[in-house]
Amino acid sequence: MKRYSSLGLLTAGLTGHTSWPRAWRDPAPKARYDIVIIGGGGHGLATAYNLAKRHGLRNIAVLEKGWIGGGNTGRNTTIVRSNYRLPQMQDLMEFSLKLWETMTDELNYNVMFSQRGAIFLGHSDSDMTKLAERGDAMLARGLDAELLTREQIAKMIPVLDMSRDARFPIEGGLNQPRGGSARHDAVAWGYARAADALGVDIIQNCEVTGFSMRGGKVEGLETTRGPIGADKVGICVAGHSGQVAGLAGVKLPVESQLLQAFVTEPIKPMIDTVIMSQSVHCYISQSDKGEVVLGGDPDNYPTYSQRGVPMRLEQVAGEAIALIPALSKLRMLRSWAGTTDMSFDGAPILDELPIEGLYLSGGWCYGGFKATPGSGWLFADHLATGQAHPIARPFALDRFERGATVDETGAGPKARDR
Amino acid sequence: MQLIACPHCGPRAQAEFEFDRSVESVLTVDATEAEAVARLYHRENPKGWSWELWRHSAGCGVFLKLHRHTVTHEIAEVSLLDAAQ
Ligand SMILES: Cc1cc2nc3c(=O)[nH]c(=O)nc-3n(C[C@H](O)[C@H](O)[C@H](O)COP(=O)(O)OP(=O)(O)OC[C@H]3O[C@@H](n4cnc5c(N)ncnc54)[C@H](O)[C@@H]3O)c2cc1C
Ligand SMILES: [Zn+2]
Repeated sequence: MKRYSSLGLLTAGLTGHTSWPRAWRDPAPKARYDIVIIGGGGHGLATAYNLAKRHGLRNIAVLEKGWIGGGNTGRNTTIVRSNYRLPQMQDLMEFSLKLWETMTDELNYNVMFSQRGAIFLGHSDSDMTKLAERGDAMLARGLDAELLTREQIAKMIPVLDMSRDARFPIEGGLNQPRGGSARHDAVAWGYARAADALGVDIIQNCEVTGFSMRGGKVEGLETTRGPIGADKVGICVAGHSGQVAGLAGVKLPVESQLLQAFVTEPIKPMIDTVIMSQSVHCYISQSDKGEVVLGGDPDNYPTYSQRGVPMRLEQVAGEAIALIPALSKLRMLRSWAGTTDMSFDGAPILDELPIEGLYLSGGWCYGGFKATPGSGWLFADHLATGQAHPIARPFALDRFERGATVDETGAGPKARDR
Repeated sequence: MQLIACPHCGPRAQAEFEFDRSVESVLTVDATEAEAVARLYHRENPKGWSWELWRHSAGCGVFLKLHRHTVTHEIAEVSLLDAAQ
């Protein structure tokens, strides 16, 4: 692997950047692999990288039906944080957040991780009580959290409507200073390049269409590029978790829904942190290109269409403009949607399925980008050793029937998070 | 946005409706524990035709049973629930 560096960038620039080699190979599938990962998003690629890097395995493939990073990894609003309320979620996301802090060096790829803070706004006394409770839970677990007053918020984010007759009056907030955002494509590309350099075959345009099984154990896969043998298979297909597990006859506690994102035309820097509101259901940040990135609630009904409903755009734009009136001057540039596998407690599923050799990293709902490096690490451990890492154990598949759900909002068996 | 033909109110925009749950996940009051687990947590989650309950929540309030395609959003059938269901 040719190492990337500032000097390399400078010298390649002298020849018009024509000297760069491919970042990863384009191999034909082999007849058999020790471990096959289905899905070339961040989670699948990070898992393959960890299998090669930390477990020394060399006969690994990632199968991607389209192009790598073309799923939710390349569609998400890239908010990274570990400011959860429940200790199981905190441990998982903080494990991941620590890996974000070293990812650029580890992969020799600039993932543009920017710890610009992640702020939840509070709009009422009861919001502030909830935020204080969350902040206490975080501090007690050793995470960084700062409860902010109305005055502090006004100073940090001067573009907010802080007036007393605002549609969503702002009473304060909770900041996680180590939270922030990253460059989504770079995460897929960085892991792909590093995994490829360790011998992982990344095979694009290769859709898994079935499993071959013997005696209740996985033996291989049917794909659009022919049959491929595998001792173990890891499923990392986000919104298609239920569909791919269904090919093996396994039904999962997930429902596929859409989440949309919206970006405005690019403008000069106006928001230098990540703003979220859990009672208004809107989140706002500004990308390095200057676009204001907006997100909101999922489209709350089952669909794989990757086409969002316009009423969500209306809602999110309305809320964002109410919070930051200056946004009303901007034109919306693009909107899109990704299919997410909403689990019935809002937490992920990291486990071996009831078929020997078949593993799942799914149920990431609309919050799995931040978990990418952590999930890759933990899922690789499980695949390589057959044992779940302690941080992954609360996310076992049978937690639902045991009544041991990890329900951050206490909403019960509904495909909904928050 | 989908257009859903409410038998009471006629064709109305999706914005007036709320998805409630898939028909497979409806529990009877006397369901055993095993049935409840299977219905709540072992989901078909179909990519294709799906039987679902929707509610005309911002209209007449009725629960409707839809046969709807989860990729094309085509709606083949809308019916009222009868008392037995
Ligand atoms: C609009 C939006 C905003 C979001 N915002 C955030 C956020 O701010 N912060 C956050 O933490 N998370 C966010 N998320 C969630 C996050 O994007 C996902 O949880 C995460 O990226 C999932 O990564 P993945 O690798 O599992 O999935 P993906 O990147 O979707 O990768 C799965 C891959 O599997 C492939 N695949 C599917 N079926 C098959 C098959 N049969 N054979 C072969 N390949 C197959 C797909 O083509 C796809 O490339 C957001 C999601 C969306 C849609
Ligand atoms: Zn009606």
